[in-house]
Amino acid sequence: MTAYDEERLARLIRALPPAPQGWVRAAQELPFVRGELDEIVGRAEADAAFRERLIADLEGALAAEGYERDPAVVAALRARLDAK
Amino acid sequence: MSRDSPGTRQNWLMASTLSDRELVARCRAGDQQAWSELVERFSRYVYAIAVQAFRLPEPDAEDVFQEVFARAYQHLDKLRDDSAVRPWLAQLTRRLCIDRLRAGARERPVAEEALEGKVADDTLAQLDEALTVHEALAAVPEHCREILDRFFAQDESYKTIGQALDLPSGTIASRISRCLTRLREHLEGRSGGPRPSGDR
Repeated sequence: MTAYDEERLARLIRALPPAPQGWVRAAQELPFVRGELDEIVGRAEADAAFRERLIADLEGALAAEGYERDPAVVAALRARLDAK
Repeated sequence: MSRDSPGTRQNWLMASTLSDRELVARCRAGDQQAWSELVERFSRYVYAIAVQAFRLPEPDAEDVFQEVFARAYQHLDKLRDDSAVRPWLAQLTRRLCIDRLRAGARERPVAEEALEGKVADDTLAQLDEALTVHEALAAVPEHCREILDRFFAQDESYKTIGQALDLPSGTIASRISRCLTRLREHLEGRSGGPRPSGDR
């Protein structure tokens, strides 16, 4: 059994402050941007030049095509492209 | 995207009764609410690893944070043991933080120990214990959960807490002390109450 005095408990609770709300919301919305991600990955599979542009500069390529550049979308897309 | 407001504290305060295993299983089945809860449950942990253990600047920490959950969402089906989601996320976060430090080392020197993750080991162990305590908060009454979180994790003053919870600020300190005692009793197995988080 671990001994927990008040000071130790306080330190441990304090060690986990909330992540910024926007970050949490963006990660929570991943299922809702799945359609857009599928579309982009589908295009990348069908269009080698687009895929190369995405790999070379993901955010730039998305911006050039008018896609959302939300950090969660970019991260999710990177994960999908890396998995291919 | 807002960076200033505290996390979805209200959601976190509504402690889930699902175990990690159950939550992962629901996520894998396409339950969007379960995914939202999984992010909520581990968001502080992932954030703390990036910012406290690896001391990443906020923009880098945000990229790592999003990458962790994006990869988790993408590869959840590869998790062999659903109850092991916590160490899996910790390892994923650690690896992505080290990658980020390596990438940044080209522009600013980083100690080799940091790149190998050695510097972070003690902090990671502490964060792991902190998450255990945060999970234990789910077993104490909601008013305790809220006051302890506001005071310690959100660093709110007695005055702010008193106004938010409609309590005389002179009573906050004693309430915090009583709630810490309840939490300690639960952690030391003396409360006799159920552990809502199941096999977590």
